[in-house]
Amino acid sequence: MNANIKTLDERQDFIVCNKKDNRAIKCDKNSLEGSVSQRACVYCGARVVLNPITDAVHIVHGPIGCASYTWDIRGSLSSGEETYRNSFSTDLREDDIIFGGEKKLAAAIDEITEKNRPKAVFVYSTCVVGVIGDDLEAVCRIASEKHGINVIPVQSTGFAGNKAMGYRAACEALMRLMETENAHSPDVTRAAKQPEGNLINILGDFNLAGEIWIIKNYLREIGIDVVSKITGDSTIEEIRKAPAASFNIIQCAGSMGYLGKLMKEKYGLPFIKISFIGVEDTVKSMLRIAMMTKNPEIIEKAEEFTEEQASITEFQLGKYRDRLRGKRAAAYVGGGFKAVSLIKQLKDLDIKPVLIGTQTGKKEDYDNIRELTDEGTIIVDDSNPTELEHFIKTQKADFLIGGVKERPLAYKLGIGFCDHNHERKHPLCGFEGAVNFAKEVDASVNSPVWRHIRTKI
Amino acid sequence: MKNKRNFTNLNVNPCKMCMPMGAAIAFKGIENAMMLLHGSQGCSTYIRRHMARHYNEPIDVASSSLSEKGTVYGGAANLKNGLKNVIRLYDPKIIGIATTCLAETIGENIDMIIREFIEEENLNDRHFVPVSTPGYGATQFEGYFQAVRKIIEYLTEETKPNNSINIIVPNITPAEVRFIKDVLKEYEVEYNLIPDFSETLDAPFAYSFSKIPPGGSSFSNIKRAAGARATVEISKLADKAVSPGEYLNDTYKVPLYRCSIPIGLQNNDEFLRILSEVTGREIPDRFAKERGRMLDAMIDSHKYNSEIRAAIFGEPESVYAASRMCLENGILPALISTGSKTSRLQSLLQKQEEMNNLHETPVIIDDTDFETIRELVKQLDVNLLIGHSDGKFITERDGIPLVRYGFPVNDRIGSQRIMFAGYEGSTRFLDLLTNTYLDRKYTTYRNRIYAKYAS
Repeated sequence: MNANIKTLDERQDFIVCNKKDNRAIKCDKNSLEGSVSQRACVYCGARVVLNPITDAVHIVHGPIGCASYTWDIRGSLSSGEETYRNSFSTDLREDDIIFGGEKKLAAAIDEITEKNRPKAVFVYSTCVVGVIGDDLEAVCRIASEKHGINVIPVQSTGFAGNKAMGYRAACEALMRLMETENAHSPDVTRAAKQPEGNLINILGDFNLAGEIWIIKNYLREIGIDVVSKITGDSTIEEIRKAPAASFNIIQCAGSMGYLGKLMKEKYGLPFIKISFIGVEDTVKSMLRIAMMTKNPEIIEKAEEFTEEQASITEFQLGKYRDRLRGKRAAAYVGGGFKAVSLIKQLKDLDIKPVLIGTQTGKKEDYDNIRELTDEGTIIVDDSNPTELEHFIKTQKADFLIGGVKERPLAYKLGIGFCDHNHERKHPLCGFEGAVNFAKEVDASVNSPVWRHIRTKI
Repeated sequence: MKNKRNFTNLNVNPCKMCMPMGAAIAFKGIENAMMLLHGSQGCSTYIRRHMARHYNEPIDVASSSLSEKGTVYGGAANLKNGLKNVIRLYDPKIIGIATTCLAETIGENIDMIIREFIEEENLNDRHFVPVSTPGYGATQFEGYFQAVRKIIEYLTEETKPNNSINIIVPNITPAEVRFIKDVLKEYEVEYNLIPDFSETLDAPFAYSFSKIPPGGSSFSNIKRAAGARATVEISKLADKAVSPGEYLNDTYKVPLYRCSIPIGLQNNDEFLRILSEVTGREIPDRFAKERGRMLDAMIDSHKYNSEIRAAIFGEPESVYAASRMCLENGILPALISTGSKTSRLQSLLQKQEEMNNLHETPVIIDDTDFETIRELVKQLDVNLLIGHSDGKFITERDGIPLVRYGFPVNDRIGSQRIMFAGYEGSTRFLDLLTNTYLDRKYTTYRNRIYAKYAS
């Protein structure tokens, strides 16, 4: 095969070299033991999706680690409450494992509900809970009735699949939240019968560094109102209202595509997949959203707005483009949508994507990635440090785009790095995000340090 | 005594991590070693992420990636295949296999699986060190020592006496380990320092990157630990059951000396006295001057320090060292806290002479969380936080400055280079505490006094 490297045989099918190699990439499978996959677990998938709900209590039912490593894990910003930035754990000990953790969990829910009066409680199951067989459903149902609030179990037992299963569990939990409210309001699907309305939900944006606010501002500019932000800077009340929107826009389709599907089935809400990463996708997304409303005024505004913004951005990007032209990029990110948008964004800056990988991309994502990248680009699913190191070297990448775990690898290999992760402190979406992205890549790739590290005394 | 936590059934904002985290740090200090976590995929990824942020180094920890099938029918196949893959990708000489909540709960017989694996694969040139680290068992503090102890248990054997001394290092920074090695060099003594992550977790930039960085305690050094002259275990808080030095003493009769992390005057004095005793050498001249400068610094800042009301949190060992340094400098450690369960912290600190002469008694609390720490910080009118980065939440909400110390420091650059050990390092630490307090005092005193007397 063309993408031949000294990696594990079982991994070969998850790597393709674009175009020279007609194989379809294998993806969406459990990680290979011992390969040092960069993926996390089911629980992580669920937690990162639901955690940005600002006024919910998120109880991790399990031993301490799971809660400790995910405390305030995302840089999701809030315009109101900050309950979500706390990490609640039942902190199970040996005795709880032997005798079961249900009583402790029930008592924990009682305690936090009585003390803090939260609007809703999410209870996450972890590996151990899946094995000892605590009945989360029953405990949560009883607690719900007792306290008159939603206490929603999230079936996120760590070993029961991969991170994408956690996304599904989170989507199911969100559906339950919507259902409780709407059981009492039969009119709720009324609005959905008019998809051309200008009320929408944003699915799959987590308000990292205020990104959902940026998107919301854009939409306001063209006359579109947001009913529900799911889940960046959201509240329980707000999510319950989601079925009243005209349609859904879905950014991170890997995590929220399933919710879009469920809401379509249940409430008849149409959805479109959009992306606000990079100028090209931002413009396209704005126009597509406007088209959905079938409102000529909104469409016209969208055209004007995007044209104006794109030209301002184009001007700002100009100086970076000169400094970045011809650089070679490697990207290893979580989901497919981000990878696809990044490729377009890189190309817009005259940067050549030479290695593209994702943790949880789907077949459609990889098809897109193949379409968009040049011959010779290495595409990889669920990669690991061995493969990343090898391809960064053989593909002669000048920088890597990735998350916290990938950063030190890039630095040790003496190349630049762009942090495209949970914890970013500046927005990377929309028009300003595109400029921030170029600025960050330039700051790293063109830093004087790379010259000095090649010197000797 | 107050309740250990504000919530009875909940840990709110944990001041601890799980056992496998400690094991991962320990194995990083062994030459040519890799660790595989027997459990679901997430555990290793979380640990890698947490450590990568603290050390700014690539952290490779493998996982047996247990799925539903492995959980129901046993994870032997996953574990064996995982080990096979780790060997193919990393070619390690020593492989640590740490368990997780999951592996322990389904009752995996790791020893047996490994024995089978060695036989099936005909592997006699590699060493396997299984460590039981259930996440619900204890915290990263115990997990660390448990792993170090198991490394020694598995790799040492009865051997003829030699001239070396064993140094057991706790979870300090790579720069601090380098300092300890410098001190040992001054004593011109052969030593077996275990674990040694001074190079592996703070590797110099080099052109030939290797996935397992060079450095770490060598197999031969660990092996000869059984015949060493003495063990100096830099931990007063580790329980006997997880203490590597206690094992060497029980099994091979290697005399054991235990001391605190050499942070603070008394801790450094003790460390050097012990080294002199076990090596039979005088304390090297260099330290007399460094000590003298530290005394000078202690005098310089003592009055300011008397105004500091500190809250200290983190792993028991680092909390003990910092508390002792505060006490000897007239800093009131108003709150001394750890998320680990330990009664030793209290009992050791109560032996400290300064404790008898305080205006108020410090609150010492174990098995606690940040929700409780935050409330006590308010009640006790604390004006300086000393501990790991998670304390930033108190700073963010209540404006009390944090001096970052311990593990992890993951929201600042250079944590692997923090060096508070030795008289010089301690002086730097003390100055940092004093100056952080002064910075706050000097920027607010005008307004405070105006508000009190003139407005």
